[in-house]
Amino acid sequence: MTSVYIGCGAGFAGDRFDAAVPVVATLSNLHGERFLIYEVLAERTLAIAQKLRRENPDQGYSPFLDTYLPLVLADCHRHGIRIVTNMGAANPLGAARRVHVLARELGIRGLKVAAVTGDDLLATLSDAQIRALPIIEGIALGERTIVSANAYLGAQCIAEALATGAQVVLVGRTTDAALSLGPLIHVHGWGAGDLERLAQGTACGHLLECGAQLTGAYFAEPGFKDVPDLARVGFPIAEVAADGDLVVTKAAGTGGRVSRGTVIEQLLYEVHDPHNYLTPDVVLDIGEVTVEEIGTDRVRVSGARGKPPPLTLKATVCVDAGWLGEAEISYAGPNALARAELAASIVRSRCRAIGISDPVRVEVLGTQAIFDSDTQARRARLSPARDGEYRVRAAVRTATRKRAQQVADEVLSLYCSGPAAGAGVRQHVTTQVATVSVLVERTRVHPTVTLLEAP
Amino acid sequence: MSDVQVPLHAVAHARAGDKGNRSNISVIPYLPEGFAPLVEELTEERVLAVFAHKGATRVKRYLLPKLPAMNFVIDDALEGGVNASLCLDGHGKALSYLLLGDVTVRVPEECIPADSPYRKALGL
Repeated sequence: MTSVYIGCGAGFAGDRFDAAVPVVATLSNLHGERFLIYEVLAERTLAIAQKLRRENPDQGYSPFLDTYLPLVLADCHRHGIRIVTNMGAANPLGAARRVHVLARELGIRGLKVAAVTGDDLLATLSDAQIRALPIIEGIALGERTIVSANAYLGAQCIAEALATGAQVVLVGRTTDAALSLGPLIHVHGWGAGDLERLAQGTACGHLLECGAQLTGAYFAEPGFKDVPDLARVGFPIAEVAADGDLVVTKAAGTGGRVSRGTVIEQLLYEVHDPHNYLTPDVVLDIGEVTVEEIGTDRVRVSGARGKPPPLTLKATVCVDAGWLGEAEISYAGPNALARAELAASIVRSRCRAIGISDPVRVEVLGTQAIFDSDTQARRARLSPARDGEYRVRAAVRTATRKRAQQVADEVLSLYCSGPAAGAGVRQHVTTQVATVSVLVERTRVHPTVTLLEAP
Repeated sequence: MSDVQVPLHAVAHARAGDKGNRSNISVIPYLPEGFAPLVEELTEERVLAVFAHKGATRVKRYLLPKLPAMNFVIDDALEGGVNASLCLDGHGKALSYLLLGDVTVRVPEECIPADSPYRKALGL
């Protein structure tokens, strides 16, 4: 019986650039069908990619493609490890062409690369049709400019891409779990009715999609949840049998830990109703799942159940959402808290005086402000130390860059016009994209696989 | 064995995630015997109270006795979420530790792991 091994090389755009190297080294010593996935596409990432593609039709794929793939492409090709990734972003075909360029530079011959398209609703629906789709989460679209609109494709199109013999598969928006489930459907031949196996495969994809969050990262807490050698944390590898048996482990010779605790935390990560985790392939029910340590850094996950998937697909629409202006300044040493709080009150007064009508949040970092509200409702219950190190932060969301900068500049001016010894101002003024989740009928979404042979 | 009054942090670990303006926080007892007392102590009402100042409107608790763990889904806990929040933590990634620190639970002392720093602090 063929086992499938799936390693994860990145859990978000910006994940550790060389994390996949030990994963590939481990996979190359295993026998069976082996895959390496990279998940780099947050909801907003696609909006940025879509803007880049509009400026240059060759661009719009993930800029991390050039960061991640050259480190592993030759070894993956040599050992028959196939890569599945959503680095296609807004331009999977452009990404596929770029992979061929990288392969040529690395001296790799005969690489087959497939691109999956069809998630981009801007290519198939009119602006009015997109605005008419029912909203399930987020703000009303109103008059806001639509930057991107992408349906979440399922695993089937990835399985089809692998069936072409492609060694690298580039997708845009799919569910994150599909990056793992696609290879499993391809190798094990699971059908749409194999609900329990699809559920186990979806659980596998869900566990892998955030990289080291399964292997001790976003987990470690000294004295309570100690994780060895977190600086060299190994990224996860899953072993999945044809009957859905699922064991998760990590790259050999690395730091980190795979335990019941790390697995259960990730199993529930960003899950709402654990009995109804909706995907285009299966509705996953983890209510009866058991998690068992079967060896060092080896955990078996069993008992996922499946129900037929919904008739509609979720899609994310990204719209322009004005500007975020932020700035910070520090106060340290004796009586730092009072100086910081005076600075905060000055910024509030100044924002009123210059006519900023949008809500401005002004807070003192070091007083558990990250737990607090815009009005610092929680701060009143705390008694922070008088001396120490505190940092004042102001933030505003507003329609124009000018007003966002004005608020940031009220913090900057504290250098010479605020309390004693204000230091270390940083400003950050950025454009913002808001996301809206909508539903679209499956019949309006047509995934297409394109195989690009080496030129 | 007697009961002790401790922060949730002594008995369980937790992880927060977001979708829109909704936060989910898993709460996982360090020891299986911690699950039943937490089911009694960690009610939807108590969790809602922890996030009330953020504007939370509703909490739904899901129990997963086979793990064992529980999952809290907290509506409107993220001040609009990454789309709208002015908080440094628009995703609410740190909120698991707000729950672990702000809730005090009464549990049998065997629910606290043998190597927990809380045992020393409590003189156990």
